[in-house]
Amino acid sequence: MPGKQTNGEIRIGFYVCHCGHNIGQTVDVKAVAAYAEKLPHVVVAREYKYMCSDPGQELIGEDVRASKLNRIIVASCSPLLHEHTFRTAVEKAGLNPFFFQMVNIRENVSWVHTDTAAATQKANDLVRAAVHRVAHHVPLEKKHVAIDPAVLVVGGGIAGIHAALTLANAGKKVTLVEREATIGGHMAKFDKTFPTLDCAACILTPKMSQVKNHPNITLWTYSEVASVEGFVGNYTVRVRRKPRYINEELCVGCMECIEKCVYKEGKTSDEFNVGLSKRKPVYIPFPQATPQVVLIDPEVCIEFKSGKCKKTCVEACDRDAIDFKQKETVEEIRVGTIILATGFKTFDARRVPVYGYGKYPNVYTSLEVERLVNASGPTGGELILRDGRRPKTVGIIHCVGSRDKNTNRWCSRTCCMYSLKLAHLLKEHTDAEVYNFYIDIRAAGKTYEEFYDKLLEENIHFIRGRVAEVTDWAVRPSEEGRLVIRAEDTMIGIVRRVPVDMVVLAVGMEPQTDAGDVRRLFNISCSTEGFFLERHPKLAPVDTFTDGIFIAGACQGPKDIPDSVAQAGAAAAQALALIDRGEIELEPNTAYVEAELCSGCKTCLGLCPYHAITRNEELKKAEINEALCKGCGTCVAGCPSGAIHQHLFEDDMIFSELSGLLEPQPADCC
Amino acid sequence: MSLPTPPAVQSDDGASIESMKQVVRRIKFESELDLEFGERVAAKAYGQKLLSCIQCGTCSATCPLSHYMDYTPRKIIAMTREGFREEVLNSLTIWLCSSCYACQVQCPRQIHITDVMYALKREAISLGFYPRRLPIPVLAREFFKRVLKDGRNTESWLLISLYLRTNPFRMLKEAMLGLRLFVRGRLTVGRERVRRRDQLRAILTPERPKNGGLVK
Amino acid sequence: MTYLYYPGCSLRSTGRAYEESLLTVFRALEIPLKELDDWNCCGATSYVSIDETDAFALAARNLALAEAQSSDGSVQLIAPCSACYLVLSKTERYLEDYPDVNAKINAALDRAGLRYHGKVDVRHPLDVLVNDFGLEKIAKRIKHPLTGLEVACYYGCQTVRPFATYDHPQYPETMDKIVKVLGAEPIDWPLKTRCCGGSLTGTIQEAGLRLNRALLKEAKGRDADLVATCCPLCQHNLECYQPRINRMYDEDIDIPVAYFTQLMGIALGCDERELGMHRLMKKPSLKHIMHPKGASANAW
Repeated sequence: MPGKQTNGEIRIGFYVCHCGHNIGQTVDVKAVAAYAEKLPHVVVAREYKYMCSDPGQELIGEDVRASKLNRIIVASCSPLLHEHTFRTAVEKAGLNPFFFQMVNIRENVSWVHTDTAAATQKANDLVRAAVHRVAHHVPLEKKHVAIDPAVLVVGGGIAGIHAALTLANAGKKVTLVEREATIGGHMAKFDKTFPTLDCAACILTPKMSQVKNHPNITLWTYSEVASVEGFVGNYTVRVRRKPRYINEELCVGCMECIEKCVYKEGKTSDEFNVGLSKRKPVYIPFPQATPQVVLIDPEVCIEFKSGKCKKTCVEACDRDAIDFKQKETVEEIRVGTIILATGFKTFDARRVPVYGYGKYPNVYTSLEVERLVNASGPTGGELILRDGRRPKTVGIIHCVGSRDKNTNRWCSRTCCMYSLKLAHLLKEHTDAEVYNFYIDIRAAGKTYEEFYDKLLEENIHFIRGRVAEVTDWAVRPSEEGRLVIRAEDTMIGIVRRVPVDMVVLAVGMEPQTDAGDVRRLFNISCSTEGFFLERHPKLAPVDTFTDGIFIAGACQGPKDIPDSVAQAGAAAAQALALIDRGEIELEPNTAYVEAELCSGCKTCLGLCPYHAITRNEELKKAEINEALCKGCGTCVAGCPSGAIHQHLFEDDMIFSELSGLLEPQPADCC
Repeated sequence: MSLPTPPAVQSDDGASIESMKQVVRRIKFESELDLEFGERVAAKAYGQKLLSCIQCGTCSATCPLSHYMDYTPRKIIAMTREGFREEVLNSLTIWLCSSCYACQVQCPRQIHITDVMYALKREAISLGFYPRRLPIPVLAREFFKRVLKDGRNTESWLLISLYLRTNPFRMLKEAMLGLRLFVRGRLTVGRERVRRRDQLRAILTPERPKNGGLVK
Repeated sequence: MTYLYYPGCSLRSTGRAYEESLLTVFRALEIPLKELDDWNCCGATSYVSIDETDAFALAARNLALAEAQSSDGSVQLIAPCSACYLVLSKTERYLEDYPDVNAKINAALDRAGLRYHGKVDVRHPLDVLVNDFGLEKIAKRIKHPLTGLEVACYYGCQTVRPFATYDHPQYPETMDKIVKVLGAEPIDWPLKTRCCGGSLTGTIQEAGLRLNRALLKEAKGRDADLVATCCPLCQHNLECYQPRINRMYDEDIDIPVAYFTQLMGIALGCDERELGMHRLMKKPSLKHIMHPKGASANAW
C-alpha cells in the first residue's frame, strides 16, 4: 500500500455548492459551511454558487496553496456527474486526486426532501461522515491499459455497414459479423426510401460490395458471436460460423446449382421476400446478396433428409464448391472495441387480431408491401394481391403495435413516413384510392413535412382516427366481398366504414427477439422495452455502460435510415477516439488480495461478476486482474478470511465514515 | 345547460340580421368551463388514465352505439378532460353506453371508458342533469329501487314500472310479447326476494333516503 | 370439489331455460353444483349508474356468502348470466386491485357481520366446461351428435370482456369448441362479441333492434341454422324481437336462438323438457336439429 503523502497533520478544505437553486433552495448552504468549519481537521469551509465552474475549481487550488490543505471535500451533486471534475481540480492543485471525497447533497438530499431544517441536518450528517473518512485516504496511482486497434462490428444492416466502412477507411481492421447469409439488413428489402424516393438497393448495394472488397474488413456472414471475454481495449471474441454447405472461397455465385436442383420449383417460404414467394433448398437470398455465395438449407434438402438425392447441384457446380460435410467452426478474434448494430424486428401483426392479419389474405404488413412493389420482388413489382386481384382501394393503418399500451407503448418513429411513401408508391403503381388512417402524422425529419405536403396534393386520403377493426362484415352492397375498415374520422367526429381491397398494416419496430441474450453476452443493459440502453440519453447516445462497447442503429430504439447512419458514424468515431488514444486510464478503486491471509478457498472466484479473479495454482492464492476488476466489492465482502481489500474502500475508511455518521450530536449542534 | 344560442346574429351596428337567423354562434369561454371536472371524473373512474387520452377515436369506432350518440365517446373524453361539464352531463352518449366494454379492451391507453361512463351517469343523476324523458336513467332508477326493496329483481315488475313511468302506451305494444313470454313461463308474477333483507339493508349506504337519494 | 352456483335474477324469469338446461347438463356430466344460499341481485349495469359503492357492496355480499358457504381453499362460483359474471368478477378484481374499494366494501359488509377475504374465483360455465371438465370427457358422453348443424356461436359482450381471462375478448372460441365436440359445425363470423344492445330493446328500441338485426342477418347470411348464446339477455333480444325486426326493416329472419347448454343437453341425450326447450319462442324443433340441411336422422 502506498505510504501516506501527508506531513502528519490532516488539513481539510471543505466546499459546499448551491448548484443554483438546486441545492440552495432546500438546504441552508451557509449553515452547512458554518457547521463544517467546526469539525475536526477542517481548515477552510466555504460555500459557492457553482463549484463545478472554473472559479469554483480555482477556489480549491488557491486554498490548497494558501492554507496548505491536504484533503478536499466537496458537497454538491452526484459523483457520477462531477467526481472527475473535482479530482482533476485537486490534482491540478498539486495533491493526489484521491485525497478527495465527494458528498452528494443534491440527489440524496435537496431533490428528495422539502423540509429545510431536516434537509440541512441530513447534509450536515453526510458532511461529518466525509470528514471522518477523508482523513484515512491514501494516494493512489491510476492504471493504464493499451487499446487493441481492431474492431468488431456485430450486425450487417445499414448501421453496421456504415460503421464498418468508416472504421476501415480510417485504416482500422474490422471484423463484421452478420447472422444472415447476406449483409444489407432490412434496408435491402425496401423498395424506395423516404422522403427522396431514391431506390434503396441503388444506394445500399454499392456500400455492401465496398464492405466485401475492403482490404481492412473481414466479413463473416451466416455467423454469430458465441462468447465475449475481456475488457475495454482487450476483448477476446469467439464467433460461431454456421455451415452453408458451400465453400465460400470457391463459390462465385453463378447460381447454376440452384437452376439444376432436383426441386423444379421452390417449396420453402422465402425469408427475404417475407414469405411472399418460395425458394429451393439451395438458394441465394437475393440477386445482389453479399457475399455472392449460395447456401443450402439442410432442413429441406433431400440429401440431408434421406442421403439419396441425385445431387444434380454437385454436377452443376464446375468449381466443386458444394460440401455436404461442412461443419460449424468457431473462430477466435481479439479486438479492442465492439460496435453493436443488431437492428430490430417488425411487430407481429397477429398480436392485433382485430386487423385480420393472417385471417384475411388481402391484409399485408408494410414489409410485405415493400417486397410487393419492388421490381425484384416476388411479383416483379406488379401489385397483385394474394387473391389475384389488383387493388382499386387501399387502406393503410398506422401505429400497428405502436403507441398502444396493449402491445408496445412507444412510437416507432418510422411508420408515418414509410406509410406516406407506400401510399405514394401504391398510388403510382395502381392508381388506387389510398386511405391513411393515422393518430398523428409525425414527419419531423428534414424535408419530411414537405413530403407529407406532396402526398396531400396527390389527393391521398388522410383520416385521423385509429382503426377499430378490419372486417368482412358487409352492411351495404358496396361492401360485399371487400374488407371494411372501421374508424372514427376524428376531425369530422363521425364513424366511417371504408371498404377497401387491400389493407396495409404499418407495423412498428421492436427489439430483436434475442436482444436479451445479446445484452447478456456483451454485458450491457436494456431499457424496459428491451432496446439496448445508451449510457446517457443526450450526452452519450452511442456509449453503453460497458467501456469499449458502442451501439448504433435500431437496436438502441426505433430509427430511420439517416438516423441509423448518423449513429453508426458516431459509434465509429467513439471507437476511433479510444483507439487513437492508444490506452485508457482505469479507476484505481480495484480490489487486491493480501496474500498472507488468503487461504486459496476459491470462494471469490464464483462471486466475481467480471471473471477478474483467478487462482494461482502454484501459490494457491487468489489473484485479481486489475484491468478486469470494476471495484464492485463483492469479493471483499465475500472473502471468509478477510484477505481481500479494496482501494478507496478500505475498512478504516468505511468504518470511520460510519462512525462519523452515527456520532452522537449535541442537541444545540443543528 | 346547452350552448347559449342568441336569437339572431347582430351586425356591427347592432341591428339584427333577419336573413341569417339560422346562423348559430358557438364559442366557449374559459370562464364557462369547470376546469377540475376532468380530474374529478378521472379519480372516480379508477386512476388518472382518462387524462392520458390521445384522441385516437378507437372507442368511437369500436362502439356499436356511437352512431346514435350526440357526441362520440372520444369527444366525451375530450370534453370531460377540458371541463365541458354541462354538455357532457346533458349528453345522450353516457346513457347510450350499454357497458359492452368493447372500447375498453381496445383502448391504446387502457382507459377504463366504461367506468368513466358510469361515473358520468352517477354525476348526472346526482345533479339532476339527465334528459327527463329518456327511459334509460329511469330504468336504472327503477332497477335500483327494486333491488333495494327485495334484494333481487323481478323482470316483469321492473318492466311494468319502467313503462308506467316513461311511456304507458308502450305497455300495450309490448303486451303481446309479454303474453308469449308468460305462457312459456318466462315472466313470473311472484316476486323474487332475499331472505336476509336486513343484512342487505345493513350493507347498503345507511343514510340513504327511501328513493335512493334520486332527484325526481 | 363442488361448484357454487349463482343463478342471478334473469335465470329465474326470462332465462329459465338457461337454468334448466345448465342444471340438467351439469347433472348429466356429473359435475356437482350447489346453489348459493340466499344470493342477491348482482346489480347488473344499472346499479352502478346510481351508486358505485352500493353496487360493489351488493355484489360483494354474494362473494362473502360464497366464501362462508364453502370449505374449499379457493371457492369456485359459477355465474352463467353475462351481466352477473361480469359484475361479480369485476367486483372481485377491483376489491383486489384497489385497496380503497376493498376498505370501503369490507366496512359495508362488516355492518352485516360479513367479510370477504378474496378467495372466490368467479367462473363462467363455458370456462368450467372446457378448462376444468374438458372437451374429451364431454365428447365421450355424446349420444346424439348434432352432425351437420351449422351454429353461429354468439358470446355477446360481457362474458368475455374485459375481466375474463379464459378466452379472447374479441374472438373467443370456447363455445365454438364445445359446439364442435357436439358434432355441429360452428360458423366463422365476425360478430361473435358485438353487443346485442342489452336493455336498449326495452328503452331505446330502435337502437336495440338495429343491433340485433345486424347480428341475425349476418348469422343468416353465413348460413347458420341456429344461434347459440350463453346469456339470458342476448337470447331474449335475439329471439323475441325477430317478428318486430322483420316488420320494421322488411327483413325475413326466422332463426332459432338457443342456449349452448340446450344444444349440449340434446347431444347428451337429456330430456327435452328438462332442457326448457318448450320455453323457446322459436323452438329449434328436434327435427331441425336432427335434419339440418339434409343430414341423416339416424341420431334419434
